[in-house]
Amino acid sequence: MGYLSNISRSEGDPKVVHPGRSSLGGVDRLVRALGWFSLGLGLAELLAPRQFTRALGMPGQEMLVRSYGLREIGSGVLSLSPDKTTGLWSRVGGDALDVLTLAAAYRADNPKRDNVALALAAVAGIMVLDLIGAQGVTGRHRRASGERRRYSDRSGFPQGVQSARGAARRDFRTPADMQAAPATAALPNGGDLAASTG
Amino acid sequence: MKALVWHGKEDIRCDAVTDPRIEDPRDAIVRVTSCAICGSDLHLFHNFIPAMLPGDIMGHEMMGEVVEVGSGVNGQLKKGERIVIPFTIICGECEQCRRGNFSVCETTNRKKHLAEKVFGHPTAGLFGYTHLTGGYPGGQAEYVRVPFADKTHIKVPEGLSDEQVLFLGDILPTGWQAAVQCDIQPDDTVAIWGCGPVGQMAIRSAILLGAAQVIAIDRLPERLDMAEAAGAVTINFDEESVIERLNELTDGKGPEKCIDAVGMESYVSPWQPDTIYDRAKQMLMLESDRPHVLREMIYVCRPAGVISVPGVYGGLIDKFPMGLAMNKGLTFRMGQTHVNRWTDDLLRRIEEGQIDPSFVITHTARLEDGPEMYKVFRDKQDSCVKVVLKP
Ligand SMILES: NC(=O)c1ccc[n+]([C@@H]2O[C@H](COP(=O)([O-])OP(=O)(O)OC[C@H]3O[C@@H](n4cnc5c(N)ncnc54)[C@H](O)[C@@H]3O)[C@@H](O)[C@H]2O)c1
Ligand SMILES: [Zn+2]
Ligand SMILES: [Zn+2]
Repeated sequence: MGYLSNISRSEGDPKVVHPGRSSLGGVDRLVRALGWFSLGLGLAELLAPRQFTRALGMPGQEMLVRSYGLREIGSGVLSLSPDKTTGLWSRVGGDALDVLTLAAAYRADNPKRDNVALALAAVAGIMVLDLIGAQGVTGRHRRASGERRRYSDRSGFPQGVQSARGAARRDFRTPADMQAAPATAALPNGGDLAASTG
Repeated sequence: MKALVWHGKEDIRCDAVTDPRIEDPRDAIVRVTSCAICGSDLHLFHNFIPAMLPGDIMGHEMMGEVVEVGSGVNGQLKKGERIVIPFTIICGECEQCRRGNFSVCETTNRKKHLAEKVFGHPTAGLFGYTHLTGGYPGGQAEYVRVPFADKTHIKVPEGLSDEQVLFLGDILPTGWQAAVQCDIQPDDTVAIWGCGPVGQMAIRSAILLGAAQVIAIDRLPERLDMAEAAGAVTINFDEESVIERLNELTDGKGPEKCIDAVGMESYVSPWQPDTIYDRAKQMLMLESDRPHVLREMIYVCRPAGVISVPGVYGGLIDKFPMGLAMNKGLTFRMGQTHVNRWTDDLLRRIEEGQIDPSFVITHTARLEDGPEMYKVFRDKQDSCVKVVLKP
């Protein structure tokens, strides 16, 4: 496989022949896709809110759409980060907010009622994916509760903790460049102030 | 051969790659018998360290058998010898190496120009790390090429297992240097943030160096368990206030010596609001690191005390209480570890039975299972503290 980055490697460096199993699970990949989707939608809402309000028959709601755009971008960035579990659950919450907003626009007097219905269906579809993703990453990256191993026998001191205390003081001196003796050591008479002033 | 390769954020794969070849007379090729996953690898896993490239081989804690040596190794290393490889590549000849400042060796970084632009001056070449430190292929692989092999090795005597000596290459000297640079006095309290593998080694080192009291701070019960096993007093920061407890344990004076074994990815929680602030800034790319531990240490450290930082930081931090640090007259010591400066002494301590670093290993797996083990170690699943991989 010709990785572009191979130009930064020397002749004797190993180079990838074919890639194998990844640390990313299927659900991690789904979440990544949802993260990018979130970023894309968020940018569109932020930059072209009028397209949304016009299509959905919500004139004058541009600021609301913009703020939803910011929310989407936040969720997207979080979903693409190591804190993706939080990111995905924030997407699920955002979906719920979208549904409420669209439901309010689904009025008999809205000439774009059909578009609103379509949007509702789309949001419902995405919400299902978000739920799958959120539950998936929560499960995959959770610390199992309850059972934990005990390490109280792992002192690392074959001769016991008591004999380890200070054992290295016998034959180890802090090198000169790492010394930080207490401030008093710098005074004459080992820091006995009365003696040094008197 | 097989190797664990970085492909992007949280994407590490066990790939088939070409075998490494000798390209300089001072090179050697080592067949890896054991390697480990380090907390520093997690920073790379999360793509928090700049200048990683897809196709980079991970791993800087490894050991094995020498299978080939270049003509310039001059008998310093022979085929068939068993060695631990320090994560810092050293020439042994430059001014810094002669002073024992191995992690800032002036010779071994092969991407000096890049490093100079970012750091001001190049630092030593490191295995399996960013291209700022040379971009040398790492040792989570079946074979690894060791540059400057005549100096960059620790010979292992007969009779010690891989598990007993493997950590001479990184976390044992890292914990040791963290404690040594505190210049521990018999009446000192040493407080250690983070009970990961580095914190665990720092705890043992502080005990061996005779601290009156060692206090270990984390939130994971199994890691606190392990800290307590070595004689540390523990603080669970999920359940108690670190500052209050530290003051309580030191009669209000604060610990004389503070060690940051956490680094740039401090745990984020609403009880530590600054971590949320840092996380938000990190995501907006306005800050690279979350320095909660540094802030806490500076606040609680006894005036004229020492702050020792083995934890890795990547770039720029924010809201750093310099005024406190200055007025309290604190001393800061930090850096990548000067591994070979300590290893002869530490190897002797292992041989004499003063310490056995294998206590920290909780998981052993095949190299092929590496990608999964990155996840287990990162997510702290199954009470994982340290993973060793067998290629
Ligand atoms: N200087 C060096 O040469 C060197 C060498 C090896 C590792 N390191 C660095 O040391 C650090 C620790 O490595 P590790 O392998 O032990 O990693 P680790 O991730 O296993 O351990 C970090 C520990 O810190 C704890 N933690 C997180 N936030 C905390 C907080 N606010 N207070 C107290 N504890 C907190 C975590 O729960 C975890 O147990 C990393 O930054 C790593 O890069 C440096
Ligand atoms: Zn390391
Ligand atoms: Zn050097």
